[in-house]
Amino acid sequence: MTSVGTGTAERNPWLTRATWRRILRDQPLIPLSGLLIALVIVLQLVQPGIVTASWAGVIVRQAVPLAILAGCQTLAMLTGGIDLSVGAVASMAAFVMATLVNGQGPVVAVLAGLGVALAAGVVTGVGIGVFKVHPLIMTLGMSLVVLGLVAVYQLAMVLSGVVIPDPILWLGSETSFGFLPNSLFLFVPLSAVIVLGLRRSGYGRLLFAVGDNAIAARLAGVRIWQVLIVLYTLSALLAAIAGFLIAGLNKTASPALVESAVLPSVAAAVIGGTSILGGRGGFAGTIVGALILTLLTTLLTTLNMPEAMRQVLFGAIIVVVAAAYTRVTGEA
Amino acid sequence: MTTVGTELLLDARDISKRYGAVVALRSASLAVRPGEVHALMGANGAGKSTLVKILSGGVRADGGTISVRGRPYGAHSPAEARRGGVVSVYQEPALIPDLDVRSNLRLTATAVEPVRHWLAELGLPDLDVSSMVRDLPLASLRVIDLARALAIEPDVLMLDEITAALPANLTERVLEVVARHRGTERSIIFISHRLIEIGVVCDRATVLREGATVGVVDVGAGSDDRIVRLMLGEISRRAPAVAAGPAGAGARTPETAPRLTARGLSAATRLRDVSFDLYPGEVLGLVALEGQGQDELFDILAGSERPAGGELLVDGAHVSFHHPADAIRAGLVYVPADRAEALLMQRSVRENIALPFSGPVGAWGLINVRGERRKVDAAVRTLQIDTRAAAEVRRLSGGNQQKVTIARWVAGGVRTMLCFDPTRGIDIGTKQQIYQLLRELAAAGAAVLLYTSELKEIQLACDRAIVVFNGRVVAEIPALEADEPTLLRAAYDLKPDEAIPELAVGETA
Repeated sequence: MTSVGTGTAERNPWLTRATWRRILRDQPLIPLSGLLIALVIVLQLVQPGIVTASWAGVIVRQAVPLAILAGCQTLAMLTGGIDLSVGAVASMAAFVMATLVNGQGPVVAVLAGLGVALAAGVVTGVGIGVFKVHPLIMTLGMSLVVLGLVAVYQLAMVLSGVVIPDPILWLGSETSFGFLPNSLFLFVPLSAVIVLGLRRSGYGRLLFAVGDNAIAARLAGVRIWQVLIVLYTLSALLAAIAGFLIAGLNKTASPALVESAVLPSVAAAVIGGTSILGGRGGFAGTIVGALILTLLTTLLTTLNMPEAMRQVLFGAIIVVVAAAYTRVTGEA
Repeated sequence: MTTVGTELLLDARDISKRYGAVVALRSASLAVRPGEVHALMGANGAGKSTLVKILSGGVRADGGTISVRGRPYGAHSPAEARRGGVVSVYQEPALIPDLDVRSNLRLTATAVEPVRHWLAELGLPDLDVSSMVRDLPLASLRVIDLARALAIEPDVLMLDEITAALPANLTERVLEVVARHRGTERSIIFISHRLIEIGVVCDRATVLREGATVGVVDVGAGSDDRIVRLMLGEISRRAPAVAAGPAGAGARTPETAPRLTARGLSAATRLRDVSFDLYPGEVLGLVALEGQGQDELFDILAGSERPAGGELLVDGAHVSFHHPADAIRAGLVYVPADRAEALLMQRSVRENIALPFSGPVGAWGLINVRGERRKVDAAVRTLQIDTRAAAEVRRLSGGNQQKVTIARWVAGGVRTMLCFDPTRGIDIGTKQQIYQLLRELAAAGAAVLLYTSELKEIQLACDRAIVVFNGRVVAEIPALEADEPTLLRAAYDLKPDEAIPELAVGETA
């Protein structure tokens, strides 16, 4: 009686809603790349001639630090967590680095920046992994602590100037061959390590496992606190690297340098297909998500949209994408 | 087989449902007359769960028609199903842990008094409706779920493995209440893997195989055999009887040292003083009524909880587990009853099986893909896991999911396996495979501890059994003597000549 409906489905399996859902859920990169290309086309239509190789370089240069910060969120979200301290930690690392260049030289300065980030990450990881503070609360609290400490440090270091060393400037804001942003020399190997690590390393598997079912992971012999401490330490170190790049891009550093990038970093991970509930997602999608967000910002700026309106649209897009993912993954 | 002349209470015809590439139902039909208890039978993956979900509004069918009392019926949610006169009791209790029983009833707009009445009928007259759901044992929750469904007085009540995990005394009461529906206006769809129960309470049985209805059997003398044959299809030609049978502890010589020794283990209020030895090469059965301390014992052995007292020895050396990882390192691996506690539902079969490999910090680096695939494939073959839907474990049938939880440990090599009711709610074919696997593990020198809520399993899979009552080991019985009446008496801590309370003869026959 109702066999007509199933008959069509069998003839054209690629046209059924279930098939589309499966593509969107298992291969989010395909629709995301489509969206990215559509945005580029729209931009070209709105302002013919804007899309050039050097323009692409500018977009990528802005997207790279965001993608790294969104990588922090991706790793944390895979376990069902989140890292809201990336902005404070990245700013701290960049600021500490920039204040030490004059006295200690660039190498020590960079190492010190990484060192303070590492310390913050370990504290966050211990709070979440050992004392079982919820990641949202722990990282929110940690970002306040870090902001406060940096403010104190700023008062103490009032005499030393802020200097961004040349290698960081080269990485953050210069291009090779006229269009290729130098930050890619750092970013491409880094993202290769993250993507491969998530797929092919024991630790990557555990991030998914903890987010999918922490009880099962524990019963299988996984010490979840170890996974979480390493996770938030890695996240802080990645944030520090993003902080350096942003300092290089802006050619300066301040205690609140990266703060405005925290929510976009969460948004990029969500748009990239990583579930905030844990267990599903990946870094490749996040990179595309960061590119989409950067392009979107450019598009809204090109359209001369006021800042307030831009924020409304930005927020709305994130909510719509998140809702779409829930619809897709919640049922099937 | 057609029921022309008798008005059907529920009539589902040619129901089909597919999940992506997996066809769960091809053409399932189910016709239930008023006042009958109708069994829905099928081997693992036959489509029972899907049909139940469709009837109860959890999942929408792709094709087919359903009518209840002659009216078209198509529920899109459990609430709609309830308005249409169909209520189900699932395997997992549908109760919110952080609310008390009364609030849970209020959530579903169910009056408390009728539920109390049914609780008393079902053998829990003293249950306090103000107790928190999370504090109650699983068996009580299932009875509460059932009492709530009965209080709604639906036209069709669907019971999915309602007696699984129930102790014998509660099972008896539940079956009695179910049987009372015969000849009334209402009907029950009864799903159980226990053929004895089908024989006791059901009028007819619909058998599903590979997503289609393959027969409707009138329950009576000899119907068990017909049902099993229909369920198994071609497989039945391969001896469906016990694969290995009890080994009778023949392998053990007097000088064999125990693999695992428990001395005076105690925890909280339930587990008082448990001592036993588990030897390599044997399957040791553990029998207990619900809530006698067996949950706490397994939590301790698996490293999840720490004992309040007593000591634990592995290969003669004292051990103290702070984390399941410690137990695993000592060779004690644990198969929990609840598959939701063991599996990464969104991950693949392969990742689920390989999960323990990545646990130690030393194994956090790059995975040796080829070596992993070899181990995983071997375990998949050993357990005959159906890998058609291997990309996500949640799409597998219950029996296949259970095989994955066992395969995880088999892949790494088993020294000591702790199984907590591993065959709960899975089909006969898979049960046989699990018994056989446990026997093979023991034959290869592993030690296996098997808690089971199905007394029959002791003679099917074990060499000997210990019986725990009120937190203590009260009896040790060799498999040859461990028939169901003997075990049941021991489980009630009775002397051999005493009668079993609240228990009809039918249960032990």
